[in-house]
Amino acid sequence: MSQASQDTAIRTGRVTRTLIYLVLLLFGLFYLLPLYVMLVNSVKPLEEITGGGMMNLPQVFTLEPWLKAWSSAQIGVDPTGLKPYFWNSIKMVVPAVIVSTILGALNGYVLTKWRFKYDTILFGLMLFACFIPFQIVLIPMARMLGLMGLAGTTWGLALVHVVYGIGFTTLYFRNYYAVFPTELIRAAQIDGAGFFQIFWRILLPSSGPIAVVSIIWQFTNIWNDFLFGASFADANSQPMTVALNNLVQSSTGVKEYNVHFAGAILAAMPTLLVYIVAGRYFVRGLMAGSVKG
Amino acid sequence: MASSADADFKTRLQNWIPKLVLSPSLAMMLVFVYGFILFSVYLSFTDSRILPTYGWVGWENYDKLWRLSHWEISLKNMGIFAGLYIVICTCIGLGLAIFLDQKIRGEGLLRPIYLYPMALSFIVTGTAWKWFLDPGIGLENVMQTWGWTSFEFDWIKNRDFAIYTVVLAAVWQTSGFVMAMFLAGLRGIDNEILRAAQMDGASNWNLYRRIIIPQLRPAFLSAFVILSHLAIKTFDLVIALTGGGPGRATELPATFMYSYTFTRNQMGIGAASATIMLMTIAAIMIPYLYAELREKR
Repeated sequence: MSQASQDTAIRTGRVTRTLIYLVLLLFGLFYLLPLYVMLVNSVKPLEEITGGGMMNLPQVFTLEPWLKAWSSAQIGVDPTGLKPYFWNSIKMVVPAVIVSTILGALNGYVLTKWRFKYDTILFGLMLFACFIPFQIVLIPMARMLGLMGLAGTTWGLALVHVVYGIGFTTLYFRNYYAVFPTELIRAAQIDGAGFFQIFWRILLPSSGPIAVVSIIWQFTNIWNDFLFGASFADANSQPMTVALNNLVQSSTGVKEYNVHFAGAILAAMPTLLVYIVAGRYFVRGLMAGSVKG
Repeated sequence: MASSADADFKTRLQNWIPKLVLSPSLAMMLVFVYGFILFSVYLSFTDSRILPTYGWVGWENYDKLWRLSHWEISLKNMGIFAGLYIVICTCIGLGLAIFLDQKIRGEGLLRPIYLYPMALSFIVTGTAWKWFLDPGIGLENVMQTWGWTSFEFDWIKNRDFAIYTVVLAAVWQTSGFVMAMFLAGLRGIDNEILRAAQMDGASNWNLYRRIIIPQLRPAFLSAFVILSHLAIKTFDLVIALTGGGPGRATELPATFMYSYTFTRNQMGIGAASATIMLMTIAAIMIPYLYAELREKR
């Protein structure tokens, strides 16, 4: 999407160009501002922030807030830091991403290469499920998790994320497999290859890029989820986002802004790293979720 | 004989496997999405309080809901928030996309900077803006220590203006994404038409107004649909940024639903509000998805 040949044919004068660059840079600064604020203030002593120095670089550099946010800050009733919640998030995200991506790949395969009556309606139903306001399922989901004995557990949360994630993963794989030559599959069928052989030998080897898109999308979404975590987790299974919110909103004692900022970066770090390493795929996932086709 | 029956069984199995593979996802979807929707809608007609109960009360919850000032405030806030959020994101997104499309040096650096907020959790965004906008330690305090002593910026603590800080943080998070949607649209426009119009002496302004922007209609539609559904679902950002306050100044339907269901033990009313949220999103999404899926046939 960035080839020069695709650029517009519009020609602009020098003054206009300077203005354009200025506006673009200003917006760049606007987007970077909160990140700057979080970074510089997470490595300062508290007095420097409360003394009006939020925008300044640290005079005294300290990693104390990071250590405190990670391992000793008060979250809820325990001074555990964010560490256990970070692991809760990992334990929730990894299985949910793997399962929802595998199911999405299989669904996409069936929906494009083994078409049957009403498959478009089924897909439409799956797609609409991506966009429902999750408030509508909170109450029955809480009941269901209770009935299944998964209330307040990381596994329960992982299940919830699989259920509400397969719509998107199916969408990705369906659109990707839709343009995969069906003749290849028919040929393999004539040669006697079965359903799984075709998937395993023919489709899967060429599914690398879309699998990355799906994994990154699911990882980012599930890691960043707050509503399900806040609704279904108990104190021991809370994900990172819920713990961060508890840290920042806690009304007892001095507000340690530097610790809050360090905690926010810790919560943002995994998705930010994924974005830096594989941003292209993340953007592809975003676009596929909006402008389908 | 036996081998042909065997082969027959195999082909029939092959015919069934695709459906079998699809069935767990379908079952989950039918139960966890559509079954749950029906259950919640049903609950909205019952006298449920702390736990679901099944005493039918008809439209009573909806009646009560529409008479609650708390709900009225949430809806009013949603109107302000969604309106501004959609319009500002669209303007910034379109503007940045057009500017970035002028063979900009450093585009490869700027684009990821515009888009990275989308990778962050709303809780992180909320935390960063909460303290940056806090008059005690944030912008106001900084400006005053820098010598602008009369500078005041207390919107986040001000009942009349707090909702605009939610708009600000939400725009910060998603406008880059909207930019990417428009940029993809711009890159898909045929340059030949533009060159022809330039030959005829059309100015840049007219090119954009008459030719380019009208061709972006699909991108406008997608942006509108995505932004409005994000607006209606906004929950985490408010929780992290203002907690719905000061007072109820930044309550939205999503926070209303949550507090009525889980902290005020008015599950029936909570379910009624969730139903209304669903209907609103359905009214926007269903025609859109229907058109998108039809086009592909």
